[in-house]
Amino acid sequence: MAPNVEETLLEVKDVKTHFFTDEGVVKAVDGVNLSLRRGQTLCVVGESGCGKSVMARSILRIVPAPGRIVSGEISFRQRNGETIDLAQMNPRGRDIRSIRGREISMIFQEPMSSLSPVHTIGSQIMEAILLHLPVSRSEARKRAVSLLDLVGIPRASEQLDAYSFELSGGMRQRAMIAIALACEPQLLIADEPTTALDVTTQANILDLISDLQADSGMAVLFITHDLGVVAEIADEVVVMYLGRDVESGDVDAIFHEPKHPYTRALLQSIPRYDSRDRERLYSLKGSVPHPFNRPGGCPFHPRCDEFIADQCNTIDPGRYTVGGDHSVRCLLYEPSAAAQNVGASEPPAPAQNVGATR
Amino acid sequence: MTSAPTQARDDARSASAEEAGSEGRIVVANQWQLIWWKFRKHRLAMLAGLVTLFLYTVALFAEFFAPYSSGAYSAAHTHLPPPQIHLIQETDGGPRFSPHVKGFTVQIDPDSFKRTYMVDETVAYPIGLFVRGEEYKLWGLFTLDVHLIGAAQAGDPVYLLGADRLGRDVLSRTIYGTRVSMSVGLVGVGLSLLLGVILGGISGYYGGVIDTLIQRTIEILRSLPTIPLWMGLSAAIPLTWPPLRVYFAITVLLSLIGWTALAREVRGRFLSLKTEDFVIAARLDGVRELQIILRHMAPSMTSHIIASVTLAIPGMILAETALSFLGIGLRPPVVSWGVLLQEAQNVRSIATAPWLLFPGIAVVTAVLAMNFLGDGLRDAADPYQA
Amino acid sequence: MIWYIARRILYLIPTLLIVSVIAFLVIQLPPGDFLASLISKAEETIDQAQVDALRERYGLDEPIYVQYWKWISGIVARGDFGDSFEWNRPVSDLIWERLGLTMVISLVTLAFVWVVSIPIGIYSAVKKYTIGDYIVTVIGFIGLAVPNFLLALVLMYVAFRYFGQSVGGLFSPEYIDAPWTLGRALDLLSHLWLPVIILGTAGTAALIRVMRANLLDELSKLYVDAARARGLSELRLLFKYPVRVALNPLVSALAWVFPALVSGSAITSIVLNLQTTGPLLYRSLQAQDMYLAGSLVLLVSVLTIVGTLVSDILLAWLDPRIQLQ
Repeated sequence: MAPNVEETLLEVKDVKTHFFTDEGVVKAVDGVNLSLRRGQTLCVVGESGCGKSVMARSILRIVPAPGRIVSGEISFRQRNGETIDLAQMNPRGRDIRSIRGREISMIFQEPMSSLSPVHTIGSQIMEAILLHLPVSRSEARKRAVSLLDLVGIPRASEQLDAYSFELSGGMRQRAMIAIALACEPQLLIADEPTTALDVTTQANILDLISDLQADSGMAVLFITHDLGVVAEIADEVVVMYLGRDVESGDVDAIFHEPKHPYTRALLQSIPRYDSRDRERLYSLKGSVPHPFNRPGGCPFHPRCDEFIADQCNTIDPGRYTVGGDHSVRCLLYEPSAAAQNVGASEPPAPAQNVGATR
Repeated sequence: MTSAPTQARDDARSASAEEAGSEGRIVVANQWQLIWWKFRKHRLAMLAGLVTLFLYTVALFAEFFAPYSSGAYSAAHTHLPPPQIHLIQETDGGPRFSPHVKGFTVQIDPDSFKRTYMVDETVAYPIGLFVRGEEYKLWGLFTLDVHLIGAAQAGDPVYLLGADRLGRDVLSRTIYGTRVSMSVGLVGVGLSLLLGVILGGISGYYGGVIDTLIQRTIEILRSLPTIPLWMGLSAAIPLTWPPLRVYFAITVLLSLIGWTALAREVRGRFLSLKTEDFVIAARLDGVRELQIILRHMAPSMTSHIIASVTLAIPGMILAETALSFLGIGLRPPVVSWGVLLQEAQNVRSIATAPWLLFPGIAVVTAVLAMNFLGDGLRDAADPYQA
Repeated sequence: MIWYIARRILYLIPTLLIVSVIAFLVIQLPPGDFLASLISKAEETIDQAQVDALRERYGLDEPIYVQYWKWISGIVARGDFGDSFEWNRPVSDLIWERLGLTMVISLVTLAFVWVVSIPIGIYSAVKKYTIGDYIVTVIGFIGLAVPNFLLALVLMYVAFRYFGQSVGGLFSPEYIDAPWTLGRALDLLSHLWLPVIILGTAGTAALIRVMRANLLDELSKLYVDAARARGLSELRLLFKYPVRVALNPLVSALAWVFPALVSGSAITSIVLNLQTTGPLLYRSLQAQDMYLAGSLVLLVSVLTIVGTLVSDILLAWLDPRIQLQ
């Protein structure tokens, strides 16, 4: 394990990934910042369509055409101590390929479709091993068996020759994790790995990821829309809305002192077992705008309860620090403007209380 | 891109965005409008649609479009090659716009009786539009003598695409052939559709043993080599039958084997629609089965079926052409593209008169157009998909 | 796998039954008793005893199903397809070599179709919406729209007009009736290219489109991204995963490409004057030589069905998912 646990492994600075379609430019990711230290878990949360998956793919440079990174920096610290900018690499080049699967691995939402339907599980694990490590086929096979064992697949040596359609959903995701871990990566990107699974399997997979992380010391970038999952595993949280990081900070700050109206709205929309009788669950007004109709100013303003006329719809808010590494993109927290807006808007209250007043 | 399709798209978008509560004009478009908007974006399919429309217009008004009747022959003009069309005529008053073809002289080889035509620059036969020529009865009802194009002076030998071995005008005959060839496709597909919709619908709706049985039959029919079968079956059509009956016999034969693709399409649609929520909802509401099929399922299938039908017609046209070409499909005096191509059955006749292959160009054009059109329709058939 | 093959072979039985009925129909359909046409065509008079023997042999006085039974059991049990009246020889003498040549042409064309269409389809899908893709698409559409015989006519005309040679046939004159030797086989190969191109064009065009559509579907699947995220190079990735999966429906496309080739070869062979079943069937139909015609329809269909069966088994072997269904 690295001597300095606090060392920054991945730093994403103002990355923008746009899709150039015939109908216009879709700004799927439009300025995201995050940083991840060794051994930590960072959760990226947001509604579907907010660009969190594209953001994850941008790191590995596997954004599908016609999308590409238009600006920003993705610094990654390799095993040998060198820091490289992934955003500058040729997405089809040799350099990025030596990162993929070796330094950074990724697992996807649907374990069924992320495994090849016509190859055995074993051949896909061995492929990852043989690609990056100088071992023989028989060694790779042995290693593949122990990996399947590690991720909790029973009768590992038999299952090695199974096809994906012969496994259950949970087992498939375990197999995907085994492939991802084949070369002991420093970073695991998990793109909604539990969304397609039922609740008990979901818990098993989350436990598995946590255990593996504790053993190996790898960092995990976890993409999800499930705040329950976030609460369970995250060290740090980034909340995304329409391709932006609207709020980021450590998990306690986000859950106990949410600042951005969007974050607060998200937290309020979780059903609570201790809520009062027959209370209507809070729901965000409106829906995520069409990607071609991005609202000007703060992209959240049409749905925002704290909307300030002539400001929110014209001024694009920057990232304002509200203590420690907790930052938020909202004009309410702009150091100079905050003073003059105090009268106009109540200081944001913690989620628990707001939830009760609705 | 012009602004029209963009506009349409914007309309469609704001129509859906309206629900979301954002501001925008309210435009309600029904399914067919959406299909039309989506289809309009497909340039090639639009063009193909126009070509198809043109071909059917020609088929409908063949007598008007053709300079001569299909049977008119002239022994003096056998194998007359297509002339060069001159647009400007030198007159005493200087050059004047007057499309015409030059005259010709003929030499006959005494040994082989082969004719050689030489251009005679001194004679000019003017060409005109809406010229008066042979009388005809349009649809057997109206007696007319106006032809879209032809010799300005009735009786002048103007054979724009040359003449065949009996001195018949290739252009006129190809135009008359359009009527038969294009309608064989239509009638054949109509019959196929009837069989396909009934059997495919039954198969998809009831499932179970009936489905298996029909599916097996379809598979069997599809695994057979069709042309030898058609050859065998059509050879059985008695030579004594009148042309019209032969025509229907051939179309029935073609559709007896051709219905399978349509049946598959219908069945597939039925199966996927059967489990759609709105169909289940209708059933739970106690709507009668027939009504579910007619009111709820049929509308969402129609567009797909139209697309499949369009794609099935070219196959029919090609099959008719092939059979008639071999002389076991339609037979003279019926004029179809395949019957015309029979004139060009061997290298020698093509070498003498390559213009006899012109009906082949008509076949290729028709098939291409309907393929492109069908492809465009298929893409547009589901307007709610991205 | 064994069970799968066994089941497929079981399915074959009703198919063969239907085919045999259709072939029998071809024999029966022409109006009138074929013996009458035989007698009218025969150069010397046939004595009554001979006519009666034939009548007895084919069961002409008996109900239709007895006739069918006599015909089909003769074929299955004794390989007796009846006699060709035009050639005055047993049908089985006439057809085997031609049947063989039909299959050779169809199979070589099939190989040609595959070898050409797969790489072009892959190219077209990977380079989606580029100039190259558009050119391939347009050529593909034209290839589908031109009837085989028209292509044959045009190519023959071009060869005649510009190269001054008359193409056609499968053998040089000196080999036509020669016994099989290496020289004859090589001669066959040197004549094969033209019919193969003519026959293969439509199939190639169709398969390019199928391959392109399949591959486009597969390229957007998650397992492609997953393999890419593993660090595989683009080329290895392409061939190991999406191409491999996209090939499966192509194998099942055999089920209709092969019948279409056999079907198309009938007409092309007539135009090019090839010594296959096509011209023989054509001539027998014109001459109302119905036992020959019916046998040809039957055998060509049966061979096509067997070819399709082989492709099904091939597919099951390639794609482990099929056997489960």
